[in-house]
Amino acid sequence: MVAISKIATGNGHGEDSPYFDGWKAYETNPFHPIDRPDGVIQMGLAENQLCFNFIEKWVMEHPEASLCSAEGVNKFKETALFQDYHGMPEFREAVAKFMGKVRGGRVKFDPDRIVMSGGATGAHEMVAFCLADPGEAFLVPTPYYPGFDRDLRWRTGVELVPVVCESSNNFKITRAALEAAYEKAKEANLRVKGLLITNPSNPLGTILDRDTLKGIVKFINEKNIHLIGDEIYAATVFMEPEFVSISEIIEEVECNRDLIHIVYSLSKDMGFPGFRVGIVYSYNDAVVSCARKMSSFGLVSSQTQHLIATMLSDDDFVDSFIVESKEQLFKRHEYFTLSLSEVGIGSLKSNAGLFIWMDLRKLLKEKTLDAEMDLWRVIINEVKLNVSPGSSFHCDEPGWFRVCFANMDVNTMEVALLRITTFMHKHNEAMVPRKLCRRASLKLSLSRRRDDFMSQNMMSPHSPIPQSPLVRART
Amino acid sequence: MAAISKIATGNGHGENPTYFDGWKAYETNPFHPTDRPDGVIQMGLAENQLCFDFIEKWLMEHPEASICTAEGVSKFKETALFQDYHGIPEFRQAVAKFMGKVRGDRVKFDPDRIVMSGGATGAHEMVAFCLADPGEAFLVPAPYYPGFDRDLRWRTGVELVPVVCDSANDFKVTMDSLQSAYHKAQEANIKIKGLLITNPSNPLGTFMDKDTLKNIINFVNEKNIHLIGDEIYAATVFMEPEFVSISEVIEEVECNRDLIHIVYSLSKDMGFPGFRVGIVYSYNDAVMSCARKMSSFGLVSSQTQHLIATMLSNDEFIDNFVAESKERLFKRHKYFTWTLSQIGICSLKSNAGLFIWMDLRKLLKEKTFEAEMDLWRVIIDEVKLNVSPGSSFHCHEPGWFRVCFANMDDYSMEIALSRIRNFMVKNNETMVPPRNKLCRRTSLKLSLSRSLSRKMDDFIMSPSIMSPQSPLVQDRT
Repeated sequence: MVAISKIATGNGHGEDSPYFDGWKAYETNPFHPIDRPDGVIQMGLAENQLCFNFIEKWVMEHPEASLCSAEGVNKFKETALFQDYHGMPEFREAVAKFMGKVRGGRVKFDPDRIVMSGGATGAHEMVAFCLADPGEAFLVPTPYYPGFDRDLRWRTGVELVPVVCESSNNFKITRAALEAAYEKAKEANLRVKGLLITNPSNPLGTILDRDTLKGIVKFINEKNIHLIGDEIYAATVFMEPEFVSISEIIEEVECNRDLIHIVYSLSKDMGFPGFRVGIVYSYNDAVVSCARKMSSFGLVSSQTQHLIATMLSDDDFVDSFIVESKEQLFKRHEYFTLSLSEVGIGSLKSNAGLFIWMDLRKLLKEKTLDAEMDLWRVIINEVKLNVSPGSSFHCDEPGWFRVCFANMDVNTMEVALLRITTFMHKHNEAMVPRKLCRRASLKLSLSRRRDDFMSQNMMSPHSPIPQSPLVRART
Repeated sequence: MAAISKIATGNGHGENPTYFDGWKAYETNPFHPTDRPDGVIQMGLAENQLCFDFIEKWLMEHPEASICTAEGVSKFKETALFQDYHGIPEFRQAVAKFMGKVRGDRVKFDPDRIVMSGGATGAHEMVAFCLADPGEAFLVPAPYYPGFDRDLRWRTGVELVPVVCDSANDFKVTMDSLQSAYHKAQEANIKIKGLLITNPSNPLGTFMDKDTLKNIINFVNEKNIHLIGDEIYAATVFMEPEFVSISEVIEEVECNRDLIHIVYSLSKDMGFPGFRVGIVYSYNDAVMSCARKMSSFGLVSSQTQHLIATMLSNDEFIDNFVAESKERLFKRHKYFTWTLSQIGICSLKSNAGLFIWMDLRKLLKEKTFEAEMDLWRVIIDEVKLNVSPGSSFHCHEPGWFRVCFANMDDYSMEIALSRIRNFMVKNNETMVPPRNKLCRRTSLKLSLSRSLSRKMDDFIMSPSIMSPQSPLVQDRT
């Protein structure tokens, strides 16, 4: 037997959790409106599929964005040869501008601080390599995206220490929670190097308010630890209040900028996870320099840099896209949460993200993790929906589920809602037609018809499921 | 001062300031036929620029290869959403087929073993993470590509132990040198986990004969260590003998296949370094599975997967491309080495790669690396050529330089050659008229009566090859 590495034989890849049962169920029997109408509907993938017609229209009007069209082929050679880890200047400028626009033009990003990476996946690993040594740790508020366990720890040897957030205060990140986590790390002899926040939050769909952000910036300055802000969902804030970025806060409070780093990507805001456009934006020159060298391990394809540079430097398109995307997300979220509340299902009040944080605590047989897993299996096997159990996000309290709503067409969503309704009926939950769920505060009149939420140009995707059922990258 | 990591503050990134001078000289004053005719000509970048007209023609005839054309946009959404680390099936199939064709269809590659990575750069790092723990080591025959120091070691903590190869036997990888390096590592208490060979070789431009490969396979099996074959230059073999891949040799000798891994990329064979198409092909299921999960850190853009899948599944295009590319490389190499030999400059006899391994030992003031660096600075500052000194490749012996010939158009090459000629004349080196001396090392079958005035035309490439637009390439190859 030939020896390979410990990293290879261990399970730091994070794929051993029971979480995978849901994926298997989906993969063996994926929903299709005609071919497999009883198949499992994928609601565990945080994709943004709502604006492709908008994007495709632009693509058709701008053949120069492609290297393979008559209008763009004169750039084919220089682009195919371009492997400079600084990245194409136009690409960096366009991304910097986009990031600024997504923040309402309230802050400007310097194109020279834009560093590429292999998606946000590569970005997080890269930041961990730059900031921490093996055995050192980052604080991460729970619940958090399961991929962090792999991205930040697997090949780096860095540890994660959870900052436990509670439903009783809507999972806010409190000073007390931060201090508690910091102390716990100290007791375990773990040196905390930084704090990683995801804002807007995955899986919560909420954003951090200004005071919380200021408190966080204060905290990390006091402890002299880094702050990594994953702002991958920045453009998915579809409702007031407006998103506040770390980049804005540091203009308002005292802060050592060498501690501040932002991770970004086009996977959620634009719906381009396949294009692997990851960005590390650091205010620390040494980190920018190191990250840039490391980016060689995961540069963005120059073909894609060219497409993105052309697309995102079109101000009209970007401005319209951002507005359109928010509108589509708002409508979808509103309809989804309203329909759920009508069958007595609440979710955390949210105004961002591609999912809701669904509250099914009252459906648990008992307040345990096992009961959550039991309920989850029922949802997969009987209701035939693949949703993500809160425990996979390290949620402290059982009964919460992340349910994605932006990765399917309207018809599929209707089928999903119907199945949920049927399930709730069967379980004798009070089917109270007019009752509003406390947590989802809807200002709509209940007689509002579904039609109000349908956008005329929302089309069925050609293929409601990804071509390849074997989608392993969980988001 | 906020603490960052040791990796970040160290110099494992491998960017040795010693060699910056050449790059700086080029970047501050890059050659341009009209704007900067006295600028530095870039001969330190192993790029393949010879077949773009061929490729661009195919692109124009196949708009469906792009997801942004009318013919391709129906695939835009599903492609933009596709992030499955297994990769697009058509992409894997096309790459597997291409790899087979490049090896004359003497061997078949299994599409299910194709794993993506962030270029060959990402592939090498990924393989190191899969095979070795921090502190363990790979043997690497020297001279070798300088990027290995960063790719295999920087973030992994893995060590490299050079296998010293000698000019006396044309830098062949011998059993003695392997055993010697292995034992040296053992004495230093370093655990050897594998042997990394680059075949065809960078910087030598040679490739290993079957016997050498068989011996290498015996060696790794005996020691129970991994064999990583970087075959990134496989399609650049432009002259007999035919390339022999590890994948072929393991069909012929006893071998534990769990030890065998191939690193590949489209950066050299196709000329697409910007597209970051790195491939890890392992015969070891556990490694393949682990690598696939790790590929999340450096997947190939689905947009690019789609383009490559369409391109490389076109059999006719591939067959023609492979033949055309060899033909153009052959011509360029021939003309370049022949012209150099006319002015008394020899190079290692080679039949692959995008460069020659130029022998300037006789120009050294003394047989030292300082003298090599002095000569190098002269070449940059006076001859105005950016070439790569052998020491940057960990060559054991001073005086060798890697000089790239496939990254420029004919005109630039002529300028480069005339500069070399002038330099040699100025330095009173024997400017040998065409009739006489052939460089021993470059075996040319040309008739000696061939005059220097024989038109370049025989070797001239298609006039559509243009100068590179962007000279600012930081990534050294």
